[in-house]
Amino acid sequence: MTDLSCSLLSAAPDDEEREWTLADYEAAAARWCPGCGDHAILTGVERLLEAEQLPPEQTVFVSGIGCASRFPHYLHTYGFHGIHGRALPIATGIKLRRPELHVFVVMGDGDCCSIGAGHWIHAVRYNLDIVALLLDNGVYGLTKNQTSPTSPKGIPSNTQPRGAILPPINPIAATLGVTNASFVAQTGDWLPAHLYATLQAAFHHHGLAFVRVLQRCPQYTPAIYDVAMRDPDLVELLVHPNGVVVPELDRLFKHKRPHDPADLDAARHLAEPDGKIRLGVFYRNETCPVYEETRAVAARSASEKVALLGAELDRYAV
Amino acid sequence: MTTAPSPSPPASAAAPSEARRERTVLSLPEHTVEIVSDPGEGAQKCGQIFGRVSAKMGNGVWTVEIIPAEIQPPARQPSSASGNRVRIGTGPVTNWGDHANLVVAFNEQVLLHRHRLDALAKDAIILIENMWATHDDPDIRQAWTDAMEELGSASYQFVPVPMEEECLAVIDNPRRGKNMFALGLLAWIYSRDLEKIKGLIAQEFRKKAEAIYDTNVTLIAAGMELCAMYPITPATSASHHLSDIFERFGGVVHQAEDEIAAVGVALGASFAGKVAFTITSGPGLALKTEFIGLAIMTETPLVVVDVQRGGPSTGLPTKVEQGDLLAAIFGQPGDAPHVVLAPATMEECFLCMTTARRVAEALRTVVIVLSDANLATGVQPFPRPDPSEQWFAQPPDLAPVREGLRPYDWDPQRGVSPRVVPGQPGGMFTATGLSHDEWSHVGYTPDVHERGCRMRSRKLAVFQQMLKPPVVNGEPTGDLLVVGWGSTLGAIEEAVGRARQEGLAVSSLHLRFLSPLEPGLAEIFRRFRKVMTIEINYSDDPGDPFVTAENRRRGQLAWLLRAQTLVDVDCWTRVPGEPLRPGQILQAIHDSMPQGASR
Repeated sequence: MTDLSCSLLSAAPDDEEREWTLADYEAAAARWCPGCGDHAILTGVERLLEAEQLPPEQTVFVSGIGCASRFPHYLHTYGFHGIHGRALPIATGIKLRRPELHVFVVMGDGDCCSIGAGHWIHAVRYNLDIVALLLDNGVYGLTKNQTSPTSPKGIPSNTQPRGAILPPINPIAATLGVTNASFVAQTGDWLPAHLYATLQAAFHHHGLAFVRVLQRCPQYTPAIYDVAMRDPDLVELLVHPNGVVVPELDRLFKHKRPHDPADLDAARHLAEPDGKIRLGVFYRNETCPVYEETRAVAARSASEKVALLGAELDRYAV
Repeated sequence: MTTAPSPSPPASAAAPSEARRERTVLSLPEHTVEIVSDPGEGAQKCGQIFGRVSAKMGNGVWTVEIIPAEIQPPARQPSSASGNRVRIGTGPVTNWGDHANLVVAFNEQVLLHRHRLDALAKDAIILIENMWATHDDPDIRQAWTDAMEELGSASYQFVPVPMEEECLAVIDNPRRGKNMFALGLLAWIYSRDLEKIKGLIAQEFRKKAEAIYDTNVTLIAAGMELCAMYPITPATSASHHLSDIFERFGGVVHQAEDEIAAVGVALGASFAGKVAFTITSGPGLALKTEFIGLAIMTETPLVVVDVQRGGPSTGLPTKVEQGDLLAAIFGQPGDAPHVVLAPATMEECFLCMTTARRVAEALRTVVIVLSDANLATGVQPFPRPDPSEQWFAQPPDLAPVREGLRPYDWDPQRGVSPRVVPGQPGGMFTATGLSHDEWSHVGYTPDVHERGCRMRSRKLAVFQQMLKPPVVNGEPTGDLLVVGWGSTLGAIEEAVGRARQEGLAVSSLHLRFLSPLEPGLAEIFRRFRKVMTIEINYSDDPGDPFVTAENRRRGQLAWLLRAQTLVDVDCWTRVPGEPLRPGQILQAIHDSMPQGASR
């Protein structure tokens, strides 16, 4: 009996027929605050991993610094918990040279829209085949309540106690403005079905799937999304067969707008602030060039390299 | 072009026509040639080809670029001088020498620049475009007259050459052909092999970016598979040719959106088991600091090449300096032990990249390679390396991780641990810049942090013990030991050689590993009455106002050696924005001999 279980265990990782369960993806217990939207996002991601049966060893979660960036520690996959704002370059290096790996990036709004904003713009343009999640709670939480670039104007914080001075950056509009943007969606942590459907669409998109998850921070910015959570009428769902379809939400939300994600002009129009919180796929284009494919090169064996290098050196030889 | 009217070197300023066919051929052990023009006139290319053909003919060669920071600064201004110094010799040439013996100048202003920098020998032969003397523009004629007056203070031998006129006989736009005319002149003067020159010209113009010795080939030879970079002078030129040929070797050059992203991409690829490096210069190294710390903390192998230029800040973008040593070693906040090495010659540049990669992988840490503008842009022949399969990295081993192996399974004695990469079943872990234990689990307890720091540091101690003590150039005891690092090797050894010929008891020592330092230094130092570093970075001179032994800011290697050996190491450093000249170093040696030194 003991022998049998040992051999099963050691054979398990090689066994392609093995079925991965939710437990296989779980690691350390999450240390986010009770009620933090990140818990729901983590659950949604774990469901996705299980549904897609992604082998944990073939999956890499890369993050920056901040509450959201603790994400990889709570998953039993490979992970890289990097530095503030720099998750995307690390993910780029991984995907560029190991395209067979499933790469997910988890960033907060400080990471993505502030200190790492340059990487955000350029990663969208590179369009690697990765899923990039922006967990946007509109505040710097881990450093204890400072105004973030996505804090709504007027929301007080420790650094802007009389309220956020500037109107917030619009991550959806900004991403839609980048050349080669190929997938832009928005969802909310309080709508698990919509969140899951959006993650699934993002995962199946070929190219960089940028998903802004509106995320509640009960500690510092409950005001931002609590209203929308309680009043579904503030939300408008973007619906389309090529977008996110969540039948179980039909009854909850009365505002539904048909929007073809192929229509970039309409997407940009819908991204403009007009008091509505729009959830769904704004834009999707499977034909954008994907960086790791554009840059794919044939691998060379050591002996081939020796021969090529010899020829290269001969050009310089006396 | 092959029968360009010009005198042979010993000819005086006699009319060129007299010397046209009659040539006295002198045999010289060495000669230093400069070609200077306005930017865009091609003097650099002329110098490069002249250097390369000399190398191909078996001469020792060392070239140094003369380069302004701008692409097209105003014409006919001293500060715009652009070109090349080529020192050629019968035997090996290890540095750019002291003064130029022969100069080809496309106008008198760029010549003036070299004159003012004391770059020209007192009796230098100067072949100068003479159209400016009789130019239509009276301001230009006046500038010529003024320049000639200033240049008259030296005893140069001028040979006026109607370059433009001669060029116009064969081409329409002399601005685009003068450099080849100058190359013809030099080929005739120095009896160069015309067939080789033709071949090189064809090669040069078929593909623009190419140099005889190329850092790029090195990087390929080192088994690198990803170069992530952001354009910066003077490191960028190294990635040009690489971009051209790397893909054939299965490699990729990724031009990132900024310096930080460049190192991040390299780090990501390394984490994923591929061999990656990033190449930059001082300002870029500063930006990469946080990622370098992350690589050290996560024990992800990474090679960072820093082609040093003058600093701080933007400093002297195109010019050489050795000012990044302490930043490279100590630049990361917190305790961030890693390896810093500095090749001293172009051949060492070639070999050290393989070393850097292997050390980075074996120790799971960062290796910073300190090159400089002198090594990155010069030309020097060396024996053709013989590539072997061992040079190249193996593809990552994706076999299942043996049960119980932790991502940081530190050998408690040696601090080293096997590397686990994504794709290996059973090895899943999250690398983190947070303090962590052997499982890469975040831990803030005193013992976890202490242990992590100790293990990361221990690897350096282990590595240091594997290094060989450096070899003293000259006698193992004496009055003065000169210690250098990086590209100054040739100039220092030439100066020390001259000093020894004068009877001075001087030796020299050149360090390749700066962190950890090579072993046995204190013992070597004790055998000399005085130890002094020579470096291209800033230090206060002992006699400067307000400068005392207590507050004197010393050269960077001197700083390091004093701290590590407790020997009272002196220094002589300069920041001229050009390589040190052996004559300067010899003078410094004279001035620094300890009291009562034997002769």
